[in-house]
Amino acid sequence: MTFIDRPVAIGLDLPRRDGAAKVRGTAVYAYETPVENPAYAHPVQATVARGRVTALDTAAAEVLDGVLAVLTPATAERLASTEDRELAALQDDGVAFRGQVVALVVADSSETARHAAALVRVTYAQEPHDSELRADRDDLYAPERVNPDFPTDTVEGDVAAATAVAAVVVEQTYTTATYHNNPLEPHATTAHWEPADGRLTLWDSTQGVHPARTAVASVFGLDEAKVRVVCPYVGGGFGSKGTPHVNVVLAAMAARAVPGRPVRLALTRQQMFSLAGYRTPTVQRCLLAAERDGRLTALAVDVVEQTSRIKEFAEQTGVPARMMYAVANRRTTHRLAALDVPVPSWMRAPGECPGMFGPEVAMDELAERLGLDPVELRIRNEPVTDPQTGKPFSSRNLVGCLREGAARFGWSGRDPRPGVRRDGDWLVGTGVAASTYPVHRMSKSTAVIRREGDRYVAEIGAADLGTGTWTTLAQIAADALGVPVERVEVRIGDTDHPMATVAGGSSGMSTWGSAVVEAARAFRTRYGAEPPERAEASGSVPPADDRWAMHAFGAQFAEARVHLDTGEIRVPRLLGVFAVGRIVNPRTARSQLVGGMTMGLSMALHEHSVLDPRTGHVVNHDLADYHIAANADVAEVEAHWLDEHDPHVNAMGTKGIGEIGIVGTAAAVSNAVWHACGARVRDLPVTLDKVLPALEDPPGR
Amino acid sequence: MSEITVHVDGTPRRLTVDTRTTLLDALRERLGVTSPKKGCDHGQCGACTVLSGGRRVLSCLTLAVTQDGARVVTAEGLAAHDRPDGERPAGGQRSDDDGLHPVQRAFVDCDAFQCGYCTPGQVVSAVGMLDEFARGWPSAVTEGTRPPRLDRAEVAERMSGNLCRCAAYVNIVPAVQRAAAESGTAAPGAGVAE
Repeated sequence: MTFIDRPVAIGLDLPRRDGAAKVRGTAVYAYETPVENPAYAHPVQATVARGRVTALDTAAAEVLDGVLAVLTPATAERLASTEDRELAALQDDGVAFRGQVVALVVADSSETARHAAALVRVTYAQEPHDSELRADRDDLYAPERVNPDFPTDTVEGDVAAATAVAAVVVEQTYTTATYHNNPLEPHATTAHWEPADGRLTLWDSTQGVHPARTAVASVFGLDEAKVRVVCPYVGGGFGSKGTPHVNVVLAAMAARAVPGRPVRLALTRQQMFSLAGYRTPTVQRCLLAAERDGRLTALAVDVVEQTSRIKEFAEQTGVPARMMYAVANRRTTHRLAALDVPVPSWMRAPGECPGMFGPEVAMDELAERLGLDPVELRIRNEPVTDPQTGKPFSSRNLVGCLREGAARFGWSGRDPRPGVRRDGDWLVGTGVAASTYPVHRMSKSTAVIRREGDRYVAEIGAADLGTGTWTTLAQIAADALGVPVERVEVRIGDTDHPMATVAGGSSGMSTWGSAVVEAARAFRTRYGAEPPERAEASGSVPPADDRWAMHAFGAQFAEARVHLDTGEIRVPRLLGVFAVGRIVNPRTARSQLVGGMTMGLSMALHEHSVLDPRTGHVVNHDLADYHIAANADVAEVEAHWLDEHDPHVNAMGTKGIGEIGIVGTAAAVSNAVWHACGARVRDLPVTLDKVLPALEDPPGR
Repeated sequence: MSEITVHVDGTPRRLTVDTRTTLLDALRERLGVTSPKKGCDHGQCGACTVLSGGRRVLSCLTLAVTQDGARVVTAEGLAAHDRPDGERPAGGQRSDDDGLHPVQRAFVDCDAFQCGYCTPGQVVSAVGMLDEFARGWPSAVTEGTRPPRLDRAEVAERMSGNLCRCAAYVNIVPAVQRAAAESGTAAPGAGVAE
């Protein structure tokens, strides 16, 4: 590995290269790809949560002027692979969750397709369904592994014995809600199947063109060389476009059903709530036992969450507790309920995001019980080496983040008592929580560097979800080549470029950047400083240095205000300090960290998908009822970072910043709300009904 | 089906539309004008915001047939045609050397977006909002009837119809304030305040 010691372009505060196109609206997203004479597809969804389709009457839809095809399990093509049952569209008459696709209409216009879809009459043999997650279910099971490949359970020492003799014990149940990723751009595809040579082109909104191609090629039994996936811009993904969902399969099926004609399919906002993945609700039983000085002697996190009947996804909620603090006796477990519900999947920081809620509120409760400052409590439990693997950390600056954050936030001299600060009709409090996220680097990805005229071109099938890849990859290539960044052009988002892994796990820049650095090194080795025109070289991600435990850390501070009479909760101030390795571009980095923190604030106060167990239906399935933070919900949000030098993670020294911002935020907010009004809210979201009982007899009133 | 003429970004466009067709679908799927985005199709996210007759409207809640003869401006045409109703450009603003409207330039400079999907709607909404502000229209957070300053709360309130899932809000507010300050529309008689 060649570590970039003296960065020039890396670290520059450059504006986005795609900025002008995005503010004009001329950046082309998947659905907008210019094609000749497109048709439009609209899915028909199941209105029962479990059962069988016994009859599909498509007559009224088919006679509608402009309808080109109605695909049903009886008429749709047979897919080559139905192994991934989420993607096995229209292959049988089973219904495994409400909202599952049971038919698909293709028509000349989107209005006609939608109208015709409403005319398809579906008859069901309905079966009793079970869509309710409870921790006391008797059918919970232990998955083989949790996402992506962690052990389901871990045990060190003897938690029960240590707890029995501990000075202080906190044991509580914490819950996080169901969350939907809700990128502003719905999941969308323009698909074109060339009848002459059987080549399929998908302009698809995806976090990874190559992984999407692999999945689609497998489903249709195609040689990957016959499938091209193109995606220069992604209108947000947050994990929900990291793995292909059924919409892309449906778009391709529709395109094959109308030979030679491209088909556009965009899920509606409502359809996204059952077809595009979501974060499972979690029930976290957390136990912390400590000595009087605050040192932890036992820690347990037992997680219960849900998955679907047709495809397992086991969120790794208990995993961050395995490495966060030093403790000799530790247990983490995961148990799942397989329900008649849509398929859960990745959402920004799977594992860490929900898994740092329970334990970080529990730490605040422990600090309260001990009469110890919550910043100091965390510092006292700092491990020397990674508790999970025993390896040294490549760098671990949680303590630095806590101290820097406390100084910037004005934490010192904080009165620890809850409910004693009043500003007019508002009770005011502050809270803190820690953040962490692992440093991921995928093992495969290749880049090509080529000289074209007076420019160097870097090509790789990478993605820009708003993360800044168009800009930051050029900065990395410039330093790897030793040229000004203006001379580097980047080409991404197309399977015609060399293979790139998914933009997931905050691994994008660390993975693709590593490939670009290797390609640049090979290029200079072969051609020197004066490469001939069209000279090119490729490079791939080198093996990771597995001697180290690699993680990013952070500390988040929140100020909360709770209205004395109404219980309204406002968060006027959020401040995060992060230790995330080297920052490639402070402008885009700050946006990612602030964006993550703000989504964390949204999770803390607003977000909650309400699944009615009587129907198996997310009843608040739109942006009017599923509340995401709007502009006026957000006040001051500041992100800072430590100047962290870590030569072990990769050639750039980057740790990944897309996800850590959302980790710990909700705990910091809940802790601040407790400090403001004395209500300890252990169940997200923190809404006024949960603080009103504490306000009936507030300490400061 | 109805035949209508809509002036889109300064160009008259004649088209035949289904009476059920929204202005958004007419723009995106009939005319190939994809600058306004579809985020929810229910008027809940603001990504489809365009100017019609100089006012910001949600094109997904506007039937195309109601726009016969209307002058519609999208983010794509903003720099050249930001006030197509024949009045001066909003706040006397002109496009810069890159062909960007001052609000667009401020969005780029402040990194007031990430994925870019809500951005054309945010930008158009900001232009419409600044005009409303210049006319002295109050908002829900305005005390009295004439807002004295375009402070953070005023901008945040007036821009809350435009959701941003990337959550660039803390950059959108200063971007709007910067554009307002440059154009002198920050307040009917006062400067931009923090």
